[in-house]
Amino acid sequence: MRRLAAALVILAMATGCSQRAGGSVTVVAHDFFAVSPDVLDRFTAETGIGVTVLRGGDAGLVVNQAVLTSGNPVGDVLFGVDTTLLSRALDAEVFDAYLSPLVYRIPTEYRADDRVTPIDVGDVCLNYDPAAFGPELPPPSGLLDLVDPAYAGMLVVEDPSISSPGLAFLLSTIAIFGEDGPYTWRDFWAGLRANDVVIAPDWGTAYYGRFSASGGDLPIVVSYSTSPDAEVAFSDPPLAAPTTAVITDGCFRQVEYAGVLRGAAHPEAARKFIDFMLGLPFQEDVPGQMFVYPVRPDATLPDWFGAPPLTAVQLDPAVIEANRDRWVTEWSDLVLR
Amino acid sequence: MSRRTAVALAAIPAAFLAVFFVWPMASILAVGLGEGGWGAIGRVLGDGHLLGVVWFTVWQATASTVLTILIALPATWVISRFDVPGRSLIRATTTIPFVMPTVVVATAFLALVGPGGILGLDLQGTVWIVLAAHVFFNLAVVVRLVGGVWAHLDPRLEDAARSLGASPWSVFRRVTLPLLRPALAAAASIVFLFSLTSFGTVLILGAPRLATVEVEIYRRSALLLDLPAASILAIVQMVGVIGALIAYSRYQERHSIAQTLRPAAETARRPRSGREWALIGGILGATGAIVLGPLLVLVWRSLTPSGTLGLEAYRALANGEVVSVGAAAGNSLGFAAAATLIALGVGMPAAVLVAARRGRLSRWFDTLLMLPLGTSAVTIGFGFLVALDWPVDLRASIVLVPIAHALVATPFVFRSALPVLRTIRGNLREAAATLGASPGRVWREVDLPIVARVAAVGAAFAFAVSLGEFGATLFLARPGSPTIPIAIYRFLGRPGTLNLGRATALSVVLMAITAAAVGLVERLRPPGSGVF
Repeated sequence: MRRLAAALVILAMATGCSQRAGGSVTVVAHDFFAVSPDVLDRFTAETGIGVTVLRGGDAGLVVNQAVLTSGNPVGDVLFGVDTTLLSRALDAEVFDAYLSPLVYRIPTEYRADDRVTPIDVGDVCLNYDPAAFGPELPPPSGLLDLVDPAYAGMLVVEDPSISSPGLAFLLSTIAIFGEDGPYTWRDFWAGLRANDVVIAPDWGTAYYGRFSASGGDLPIVVSYSTSPDAEVAFSDPPLAAPTTAVITDGCFRQVEYAGVLRGAAHPEAARKFIDFMLGLPFQEDVPGQMFVYPVRPDATLPDWFGAPPLTAVQLDPAVIEANRDRWVTEWSDLVLR
Repeated sequence: MSRRTAVALAAIPAAFLAVFFVWPMASILAVGLGEGGWGAIGRVLGDGHLLGVVWFTVWQATASTVLTILIALPATWVISRFDVPGRSLIRATTTIPFVMPTVVVATAFLALVGPGGILGLDLQGTVWIVLAAHVFFNLAVVVRLVGGVWAHLDPRLEDAARSLGASPWSVFRRVTLPLLRPALAAAASIVFLFSLTSFGTVLILGAPRLATVEVEIYRRSALLLDLPAASILAIVQMVGVIGALIAYSRYQERHSIAQTLRPAAETARRPRSGREWALIGGILGATGAIVLGPLLVLVWRSLTPSGTLGLEAYRALANGEVVSVGAAAGNSLGFAAAATLIALGVGMPAAVLVAARRGRLSRWFDTLLMLPLGTSAVTIGFGFLVALDWPVDLRASIVLVPIAHALVATPFVFRSALPVLRTIRGNLREAAATLGASPGRVWREVDLPIVARVAAVGAAFAFAVSLGEFGATLFLARPGSPTIPIAIYRFLGRPGTLNLGRATALSVVLMAITAAAVGLVERLRPPGSGVF
């Protein structure tokens, strides 16, 4: 017993003692946070600060973990709060205010609050399999095509109560069709249901399990605007051109933010890390590592990476926070019951 | 057993559970209930949909348990009573499903009996595919726990009944079954808890309409950020689990029988007739199809990532992009070794204690040890975050990973040990004492060989549980590189056929590592301990 306790203390100390001369910083992120090792090493070389990354599930879980430890955080920086979760984190006072000197490089449309810094932008868009369409049936050009009986039994979307892209797609239909009027988002989803929309629990099951371009049976899926480019980048034998395509109507824009955690043990190092995430080396590393766009317009994109869609829907995080539960419950009643 | 010995044996398990289970759970439930107040209870219990979820959770777990036992028993009989070629290989193979990450197995099931599946039958979203997956995952529990006793039943009991004119069926029903009952109940309790808290399987195969309480807790904890409802559901789940465990331990106390166990080599025999060979072949063939079907689908997929046969998925895996496979494998094996040691240190003293002392206290101890298996992984993960910041801040420490694994693995050590320890005859010890052995020597010569043997069974189990653990690991704030199941999860979250290929290839690597590791752990058992 005593030996067990002693061993635990030693282990805990060993894991907490990776401090270097310039100090250390602990970054809390979701499991899909990725950065090239040489880019991260550059930060340590320039500042002398060692970086530990803690990963804990998907974005929703990580934000919930931060809310639970608000004021007494497990790390210094939180990366990965997106538009749909931002208000919850702000309401729980998870962050301290920090304005990076580089913040003026970011377009104002991405900036939300002084406590968080936008790092990257991604668009959740419908993807389709061009092989399934042709002269008789062209690929759908907009959301309303999806309720046309000609496109029945073709669409798979993720459950918005579980999946982040699923929630983004629901929010985009709400932003586009509205809550009141002659044709609301509810009418649209009733139309999708009549057209046999398939609901998958998460992105992987939808994209790899059902999407015909990856061997499934349905030619339209909710994914990201960058998925077709990623198909090219991650193919063996290499593909010359994308085998999938994006429907640019109805894309939902999600900004991912980072912030200094309130009560952080190394606030100074945390601020430096946020500056680093806004620097060009990190920004230009973002597309290849996380398949989203850097927030800085002056960052060079890899040549295999296409330009973002010109139009994408955005919703105010506070409006999302105030209505998310109701919308998701209404959606479940409408589509699943 | 003296009082002092009992207290000493109880100390480690009790302290471990108090610090790493009771305290975190109590803390997180207090936070959740504090945030939602009493109103949240009414909101959850008044929600017809949630009550439906609770009902579905209970009945699918019951059905999964009954089906698993019915399907696993014939194979268990063959593996434990017959000396057939490749016996240990067959046993190792049945263990593989048990450690496969649910996400991966679910995709294999969909490829077999999903939309456009190979078998031409679409069961996605039905309870049938969920039950089938639960049987697939849990076969090993019955084969190992029940087989562990069956292989050592004295065959003379059955022979005596046969010679007195009993039919084979009535020998099984009236002699074998009563002797197996404690082990069967132990296996059933674990299968029931596993199916009750099933998460990934139900999430993917039962979507979008079927959900267990565990799925609902995740739903509330992730995007909906509804902690009060999640806490109440976690309590509902725990109350159900405690009820089931109390019923189980009452049953267990009434039905354990002291008996003399024989070495496995003595009880197993060659099949006698052509009919017997055919029966055995049929049983192994049918079980093999259940176990190997989904596994072969995975192997096939890993070899055909872009439609044609090739090794590109393995090459992509080896280049170390996204995740270094070597580091992930090293992590998984390291955590599994640590978790196994912790689970043995916690589970074995507890089993020795509970086997020796009967009564209410021991029954509660039994229930408490099993409880983590039936507790929501998300809730435990959150509980660690809220509770473990004092006196040492362990919340973001790597030691939490093997500790979380050990919480899930300890019940397996405990459950595989308990039924066997209870069969040690008291008069064996008395005889040794009468012949002049000191109490220490009695323990060393009578109890220890048996304890060592069951510890080896438990260790193999704990190791396998840790290798495949996904849920509890995912919900921890983890430094460093991922375990294999977490790495698979990361690949599955990225677009590109090559990433899907990497995920399936890594699943095949996990299969190989599991089979090798479990085989090795079983070989590590102390020499001579195979003889009772």
